[in-house]
Formats: sequence, structure tokens, C-alpha cells
Amino acid sequence: MTDATPQATVKPEKPAGSGRAIWQQFRSHKGAVFGLAVLTFLVLAVLIGPYLWQPEKLSVAQAMKVRNQPPSWQFPLGTDQLGRDMLVRMMQAGKVSLAVGFVAMIIAITVGTLIGVLAGYFRRLDGPLMRMTDMFLALPLIPLLLVMVMLFRDRIASVMGPELGAFTLIVFAIGITSWMQAARIVRGEVLALKEREYVLAARSIGVAPRRIILRHILPNVVSPVMVAATLGVAEAIITESVLSFLGLGFPPDFPTWGRLLFDGLQYMQLYPERVIWPGLAISLTVLSVNYIGDGLRDALDPRIRGR
Amino acid sequence: MKLKSALLGAVCVFAFAPAAFAERGADGELKLTFPQAVSIMTPYLSGGTKDIYAASMVLEPLAGLDPQGVLVPKLAAEIPTLENGGISADLTTITWKLQPGLLWSDGTPVTADDAVFTAAYCMDPAGGCAQATKYEGVASVEAVDATTIKVTFTGPKPNPYTAFVGALAPILQKAQFANCLGAAAPTCTDANNMPIGTGPFMVTGFTVNDTVSLTANPNYRDPAKPAFATAVIKGGGDAEGSARAVMETGEFDYAWNTQIPPDSQTAMTAAGKGQFVVAFGTLVERVEMNTTNPSPDLPEGERSTAKHPHPILSDIKVRTALSKAIDRSILVEVGYGAGGKPTCNVIPGPDAWASDNTGCLTQDMPGAMALLDEAGWKDSDGDGIRDKDGKKLSILYQTTVNPIRQDFQALIKDWWTELGVEVELKAIDPGVFFGGDPGSPDTFQKFYADVEMYANNSDNPDPETYLGQYQCKNAPTPENGWQGENINRFCDPAYDALHAELTKTTDIAARQEIAKKLNDMVTKDSMTVIPLVHRGTLSAHSLTLGGVAINAWDSELWNVADWFRVK
Repeated sequence: MTDATPQATVKPEKPAGSGRAIWQQFRSHKGAVFGLAVLTFLVLAVLIGPYLWQPEKLSVAQAMKVRNQPPSWQFPLGTDQLGRDMLVRMMQAGKVSLAVGFVAMIIAITVGTLIGVLAGYFRRLDGPLMRMTDMFLALPLIPLLLVMVMLFRDRIASVMGPELGAFTLIVFAIGITSWMQAARIVRGEVLALKEREYVLAARSIGVAPRRIILRHILPNVVSPVMVAATLGVAEAIITESVLSFLGLGFPPDFPTWGRLLFDGLQYMQLYPERVIWPGLAISLTVLSVNYIGDGLRDALDPRIRGR
Repeated sequence: MKLKSALLGAVCVFAFAPAAFAERGADGELKLTFPQAVSIMTPYLSGGTKDIYAASMVLEPLAGLDPQGVLVPKLAAEIPTLENGGISADLTTITWKLQPGLLWSDGTPVTADDAVFTAAYCMDPAGGCAQATKYEGVASVEAVDATTIKVTFTGPKPNPYTAFVGALAPILQKAQFANCLGAAAPTCTDANNMPIGTGPFMVTGFTVNDTVSLTANPNYRDPAKPAFATAVIKGGGDAEGSARAVMETGEFDYAWNTQIPPDSQTAMTAAGKGQFVVAFGTLVERVEMNTTNPSPDLPEGERSTAKHPHPILSDIKVRTALSKAIDRSILVEVGYGAGGKPTCNVIPGPDAWASDNTGCLTQDMPGAMALLDEAGWKDSDGDGIRDKDGKKLSILYQTTVNPIRQDFQALIKDWWTELGVEVELKAIDPGVFFGGDPGSPDTFQKFYADVEMYANNSDNPDPETYLGQYQCKNAPTPENGWQGENINRFCDPAYDALHAELTKTTDIAARQEIAKKLNDMVTKDSMTVIPLVHRGTLSAHSLTLGGVAINAWDSELWNVADWFRVK
């Protein structure tokens, strides 16, 4: 870190220039721009939406009169079988689902990249780290998650409260069980990269391994990591709904998109919008994140950029 | 005069016409669909309701139960009672008389030996008989003569109508099952899949976990029945699909177990092809109160045990307030529609056994708030949650993962929050919740929560065993490996004494009185159990199918011989 800062001050124009180039390349990818717009819209909707849309809280008796309403001015997305405003529920659910998706992805990518780089770069660490990765890959994930949730849920909940406790545990559980693909991809890339001439050159003039990794290797593995990360977001949202489905996710009064989808399933024939809204939200998120990943990969790869 | 007799004759012809048409096999094929496919045709080797119901078309017991829970003779000539001498004065024997001239579907006569054999078959310890409880307490079964069966019990039995009664304990043909005793029972595939019976139908084809084909039994005791020549039971799919096949497309005549949301029920009934029928047994969805402290701060082994009474729910005023705040009719409307009705009883039926307890049916929010005020729970810091001595009125409410239960949780949480009670919800995988694993903290027996919701029912119209579960000794504890049915850890010596009296009482009216009192002791008198909804089994039948009399106490197909095609 201390080394990086002076260099940035010595040549300020270079990062800015590459940043602009990246952005230009990214902008030329129409799907990526569209994905970014959709994702921004979704994120803003769940973050700011609840402040803009605040319907009065109905009592149970009042809510019973507006059950299963189709979309209207009063309820833009209709109401569910208990007379709850679907728009409010979609926003609450989205906040949780998106947060779970992104935080779990960041954990998985960080752990995966760290282990992949260490294993790929340092020969002595390769064996033990990769065997550990194999071990995690061989573990059946759902039972492992179930055991983790079962063992730690009450303890974490007693410290952090039921909702934050469930969030921490689920995000951690998903993150810690989905880093293996990223680790394998990164290791493979690093193994190839570290034999390249410029890495050899850097090594021959005595650059410390940490600098080589940060300066020469990591920027070159960004693209596969990005792809893994985008897939990871989608996977985390889906894993969370599996956990909710099994009753081990969030408390039942804490909606997530996966849970709304599950709840709407039995009403699908009569009120198809009940599954369309959460389904659409999940699909849009996953698709837009994938497109952004695609665009980022192109933009960050110096060989593609500028062509 | 001539005209008059001619008219009379015409009237007679029309009056007898239906009887004349009611001829065996006149109405073609009866098509049934079960969401769960049939795997075996003998109830002795299966606990599955689907198998038991399918087998009831072929195999018959000596007596069955009608929709009111009253005994009706099937193979027996009449129901043995103390009055007609069928039951001995000391209540240790019951003597059944077979109807004369009964034949198996292969044409051989039914004799008392078949009954003796059936008892031996199910009571063989190596056989793994699924209905062994039906023969519990039976010391011996003997054939007094070719048509008389005498069952001797090991002690006085106030309710001797267990062996050979109901769809769970039909008579098997000795000749067919002779080599299937004990450990050989499951290996007799042909006999198990295509048993020879006395019922209105006999099996002609059986595909495991798929289809059962049946045809009218030529030797059935009533020559005019069944009205259908053939029948087919198609299994598989789900409740929604089965209901649709009867109610909307009309592909099937009868669908068992079509529990679907109330909105879908209304929509399907509107199609005008069929109707839903509900069998109300004793299944009650309830909220159970924990009378012991489930706090995680207590050491393991002391949580949820009688050592520590519950800090909040030990006060009956709190329990009553929680019950008063619930509007049960809304719960029924949201969750079950025609398939449920509000109840305040643990024993909601048969009618003769049910208490007239209706006090909980109307929601009383002001009354509930007054009770909490009286109990000293007041919102002193203005955060909307009541507190007392610095402790918040906060409860953990758990149940299984199930869309209807989650709706109930949401509604009840709303009501309780309005009352000033903080509610934390938890939903547990049903496999874990009902799994009974003593190592898991999430089983309903361990009850590591303040209140929990599930449904339970009595297997028998006579609720003696069922009510027995609320005795002090049946509380789950670490010492008994958390086994036991007294989930609330309810403990009242008066209750135990009254239940002991029930086990000794033989007079049916007196038994019913005691059962009602016991029911009231756990519900309205102590508010330990808060019943919510009396749930039925929802089935659907086509409007072209007549004679259906839905039955919660025996097989739903108990009177399939009387079913006919409406023309």
C-alpha cells in the first residue's frame, strides 16, 4: 500500500487515462450498459423506494378486504393472499436478496482469489491449498449449510438479533461454500502468467512477490474473476432461496425474492403476477449482473480494449 | 277402476324403476385419482392412507364406522354389545357372528378360520404388521364354529372394537396368505398386490406406484351392487392436479386429498363439474403454550423442563389474552376455506364427544388488552411493547415450513403486535420439527420456543389414548430422551385422576362426559392449548357420481358399493 501511493502521485495521468479507456470500452458494450442501467434501477428501487412509497399500515381486518387485488393505483403490484402490498414486499425482499447476493459474492471472490493466487504463485502452498479446495468441492453443500445454520443460528441470533444474525450467518455460509470455482480458475491463470517474460523480468530485478502479484498478476486475472463473480451473485440469491425454502434462511416474516416466489407458487394459476414479480426481479438481477460482467471483462482486458 | 289400476301400475313401474336399474355393473367405469400412488393393497403392510383406502375396496373388516363415527356391520351379522351378549360382562371377550353365506371373490366360503388367521398374521412379531395396535391387548382369537369368532383380551377392555374393525383391520383369506406369516409377509407380492377379498371390487391389475385396475366382485353379498362394472385408481401428481382432473376437466370421478388454497377451491367449483366434500375428523391446528422456560440462558438439560416455569406464559391471564386476540374465522378463510372451521376444542368430533366450548370464536381485542393490563404488563417506556419489571413481553413463535402456516404466523403476529406483544417468528423444516431426533434443538417435543403451532389428531373416534397424552408423566424431558406427547408439559393432578377414571369407565355416555371435561381442562379452563382450526380432509367428486358419503372415521371409500352414476 505504502509503495502504491507514491507511484500514483508520480504519474497521476496514467490511472485516470486507463480508467477512461475502460469506461469507453465498457460503454461500447450495449448489453453491459443496459445491464448496468437495470441493476442501478433495481438497487435504487430497493434503497430509495421504501422512502418514496409508504402506504399506511392496514389492520388485519382492513387487509382482509383487499386480499388478492390486481395491480391498481392504490397497490401498483397488487396485494397478496393476506392483503399485503406487493410493492412494499418486493422492495423489502429486494433489499435482503441483493445484499445477500453481493456480500456473499464478495466474500467468495475474495477468499477464492486469495487462495488461487497463493496456490498458483507459491509452489509449496499449491498442494495443501488445492487439496483443501478439493475437499470443499467434495463436501455436499446443502447438508453442510444446514449443519452450519443449525449449530450457529441461535448463538449468533442471541448476539446480533434474529434478523442481522440470520443475515450474517447466511452470507457467511454461502460465501464460505462457493469460493472454490474462483480459486481454481485463478490458480490456473496464475500458473500460466507467472512464466510470462514480464513476470520473469520483474522477478529478475528483485521485485518482491507481493508487488509482482498486485502489479502484474492480479490485473491479468481480473477478467475470469469477474465472470466467476457475476455467476456467484446469481448463485447466492438462489442458494438463499433454497435455505428459506427449507426453513433455515431468514425468519418467515422477513421476505426475500426467493421466498416470495415460493409463497406465490400455489397461487400461480389464479394470480400469475404473484410469481412473475419476484421471478422477474431475480432474472433481471442475474441477467444484468452477467452482462455487466461480460462488459467488464472486455473492458478490463488490455488485449481486447481499444480494438 | 281400470284406469285407476292402470295408473297405479304405471306409478309402481316408475317407483321401482331405479331399483330395477340398480343392477351390478350397469354404470360402467369408476375412475379415482389419488395424489399419492398406491404401492400395496394390504393395510397390514402399509401405514399410508392411500394404500388403506385402496385396499378398502377389496378387503373388508367385520364392522366399520359410518360418517357419524357409529359402528356399522360389514361382514358381521350385527354389532356385538353388552346388551345382546356379544361382549362378556367382565369386558374381556367379544364374540362376532359372520353373516351367513359369505363368499370370497374366488367363490370359496368365508369362515371364522379366516379371522383367526388374520389375527395370527398381524400379531406375528416377525411380520412387522403396520396395524399391530389394532390387535393390542388381544390374548387369543378362536373360531367357536364356522361363523362365530371369539376374541379374548388380556384384561377388561372398555372399547373392544379394535380388532377386525375399520379399514385398518380387514379380514384376509387364509388360503391365499397361509404361506405369508411372519418374516415371509412382505415377500408374498402376488397376495399383497392382488388380495382376494369380500368387498365390492376385486383387483385385476396392479402396477406398483401407478395404477390399480379393479372389476366388480361377482360374489359380492348384495347381488345388485356395485353399480360400476370396473374401477381404476390412478396415482401420482399433486393435490392441485387431482382436483383439476375432477373439478375442471372431468377426467376422473373422485379425487382423494385435494387440499388446495381457498381461492382455487372457489375457482374450480365455479367450473360446475364437481364438488368438494370434507371429512372432519379430529385434526386440529393449534398453538401450544410452553409452560416451562425455554430460555437459551439456562443450561442444556434444564431448558424447557418442569424445573423452570415459564416467566411470561405461566400466567393464565397472558395465555387467555393471546387466545382472545386471534380471529379464527379469518384464519379459516385465508388457509382452508371449506376444508376447515374455527374451533376451541382439542377434541372437535365426533359430535357426541365434542365439548360445547365456543368461547374463543369471537375475537376480543379490548378484553385481551384489559387482561394484560390486569396481569401487570404495561407499556411503560412507550415503545409499543408491554413490559413488566424491566422485562419485555416478547415471545418466540415457531412452526413448520408450510405456506398456510406462514400465513397464520403473519396474521397472528399482527394481532399479537397490536396487543403490545413482541413476536419473533421461526419456521422449521417439517422433517426436523416432527423428526423427534433428540440431538436436534428444533423438534416440537423439545419445544425450545414460547409457543408453537402444528396439527394433531386422534387416531380413534374414542379419544382415550389421545387425551392420555396430557398427563404429567408424558412430558418430554432429557431423561426420557425428549420422547412424550405432553408437549406443553401441562401438569394437573386433577386431570390425571380424571383420565384414570376414563380408562375404567365403560358406559359410553359417561365416557363422553369425562372426555369433554378433560378437553375443557386443557383448553378453556387453563388455556394451555389454543385450538385454532378444525381441519378436514378435502376430497372432490364429480357431480355425475352419486352416493358419496365422506367419512373421517373409516376409509373414505367405505360405501363404494353404494356409489352410482347420476344420469
